[in-house]
Amino acid sequence: MQFLDIVQLLDTSIRLGTPLLFACLAGLFSERSGVVDIGLEGKMLIAAFFSAAFAYYSGNAWVGLLAGIAASVLLAVIHGLASITFRGNQLISGVAINFLAAGMTVLIAQSWFKQGGRTPPLTGNGRFGNVELPFAIGPSDAEAAGRPLSQMIAEAGPVQQFYSELISGHSILVYLGLITVAATWWILFRTRFGLRLRAVGENPAAVDTAGVSVIQLRYAAVLICGVLCGLAGAYMATSLQAGFVKDMTAGRGFIALAALIFAKWRPVYAMWACMLFGFFQALETRPDLIEAVIGMKVQIQLLGALPYILTVVILAGFIGKAIPPKASAEPYIKER
Amino acid sequence: MDKMPKWADIVLIPVISLLLAAFFSALVILAIGENPLEALKLMVDGALMRSSGWGYTLYYATNFMFTGLAVAVAFHARLFNIGGEGQAMIAGLGVALVCLYIPWPHWSLAILGASVGAACFGALWALIPAYLQARRGSHIVITTIMFNFIAAALLNYVLVELLRPVGAMDPASAKFPAGTHLPSFQDMFSTETTKMFRGAPANVSFFLALAACVFVWLLIWRTRLGYEIRAFGQSESAAKYAGISPVRITVIAMLISGALAGMMAVNTTMGESERLILNATEGAGFIGIAVALMGRNHPFGVFLAAILFGFLYQGGAELALWTNIPRELIVVIQALVILFTGALDNMVREPIEKLFIAMRRRNA
Repeated sequence: MQFLDIVQLLDTSIRLGTPLLFACLAGLFSERSGVVDIGLEGKMLIAAFFSAAFAYYSGNAWVGLLAGIAASVLLAVIHGLASITFRGNQLISGVAINFLAAGMTVLIAQSWFKQGGRTPPLTGNGRFGNVELPFAIGPSDAEAAGRPLSQMIAEAGPVQQFYSELISGHSILVYLGLITVAATWWILFRTRFGLRLRAVGENPAAVDTAGVSVIQLRYAAVLICGVLCGLAGAYMATSLQAGFVKDMTAGRGFIALAALIFAKWRPVYAMWACMLFGFFQALETRPDLIEAVIGMKVQIQLLGALPYILTVVILAGFIGKAIPPKASAEPYIKER
Repeated sequence: MDKMPKWADIVLIPVISLLLAAFFSALVILAIGENPLEALKLMVDGALMRSSGWGYTLYYATNFMFTGLAVAVAFHARLFNIGGEGQAMIAGLGVALVCLYIPWPHWSLAILGASVGAACFGALWALIPAYLQARRGSHIVITTIMFNFIAAALLNYVLVELLRPVGAMDPASAKFPAGTHLPSFQDMFSTETTKMFRGAPANVSFFLALAACVFVWLLIWRTRLGYEIRAFGQSESAAKYAGISPVRITVIAMLISGALAGMMAVNTTMGESERLILNATEGAGFIGIAVALMGRNHPFGVFLAAILFGFLYQGGAELALWTNIPRELIVVIQALVILFTGALDNMVREPIEKLFIAMRRRNA
């Protein structure tokens, strides 16, 4: 295994970790406010579909992104109505949202595009292009030199490989994801809104007594959750892949939830957890590398199940205890 | 505040929730440019107007009865078992092992053996989440979801690497021997002159599902254990005070739940495909949630709801065959049922409660 192999593996990890990261931060806002959300998967899925559909119609990935966010926010409002206004069971509401998205996306996709529940492939500006940072070797350099990009990177020095392959050349949404981590940390731990948000997830009655609306805070958190899930889904359909296919989120919403537990509901840890799970998914695509490193064949199914197994181990408290916000999953009933 | 009468709670509210779900489903069908009334007619024709349609409806209903009961039993202990899918998948493995490696002389014995295999494997798959919830406080919803994914990976591994016959391409076990073949409704109800349930997969495990409904009713309302489960579900602290061990009840309730979810594998794996295949569960584990919610966690309600969902499943397949409406329509209907009968329950309940109170005041 060469240095470039490692760099490429980490590069894939970042690509695959980014949708997890958005969804994980989405869950973080929601659960910090005391609203458990197992509907991340559904919101990502519906955002993936609507972003792909509108990017296709408009030929503009940004239009797609907005449509994806709008669809995801709509589901977030339903979750908010069920779990905040009508004090229903948040878990059941999340399950319903996942099914709603799984069914609606295929139904609408079939009705609009008649291609068996997928959108036509996106091309050109319908996808988010890759950002080329200064001094990196990118497609334009390759074109100028008239040689394949992979060959040019393979010949470059390790620092240039690391910079061009791993740091540069990602979709703008990947960089936005990293900024969102910092923003989430800042909002949660350095602003008044964040302080109140964390408080409402731990002790809503105290927040209420202080004259701050529990309902408004929770709705705000659920809406932020919707926006971030929208970004996650749009990234999948318009950046990672070129279009929507049925069930394309494939359990990523649940892996994001797992990462959230892994990270113990903290933003920077969430980033590392998502990148770790992204790394597992990247490994699945390169079983040859694992075999070369540890000298034996590892079952691909085991690799796929690893994030889930790890989550159960974490949940069981064998590697440090993960304690969720105290009031999570409990509807707040104002005393009269 | 006065309560409303019991019949309103167990009949009126579910029916209104169901009508709301049906109304929104009709809107969805309209939105994709089809006629809801025509769609309903197609569904009724395909699922109920022929005996073979009934055969499919009852086949699906058998699955949903098992998974619905599984969710319902766990709900009584206020545990949300979302892992029926994984439990049924692993139970399929139990059924396959029993059918493939034990030479059964007759199906009547084989179905007992397969039921034990399915129940044991299903219960085993529910045991770890149950134990972790009871002893270490890990949330059962998250662990059972994770166990669904782990089950899928495990089954994939077992089918691809271990159970697949030499030379076969698709990930599936060998065919089960003839001694384990369950009589289908076609075998049971056809006469010399008229063939009934032609080609439909409904089989004798339907009666197993009916027995399971009776068993759950007896268990929950007629045994000490059932009383303990309900008491624990109503109030954990009161149950503890009464000397009921939360650990014991959590584990037992989940074991029963997992065993019931697992039993559906008898129907799918032994009764229908007669070999273990990937994705035999077809989402029935999740539909169990809708079935239990609609059936108000009562076995009779679960029975009715399972038939309704069996009808929807078969009707949905007919729709996909004759119109442009894909099968996923029933996923949407399922989502709406879960949303209105489960999550938005208070939205329907509160106005009706107020109505009853207002009526009572006027009468008084």
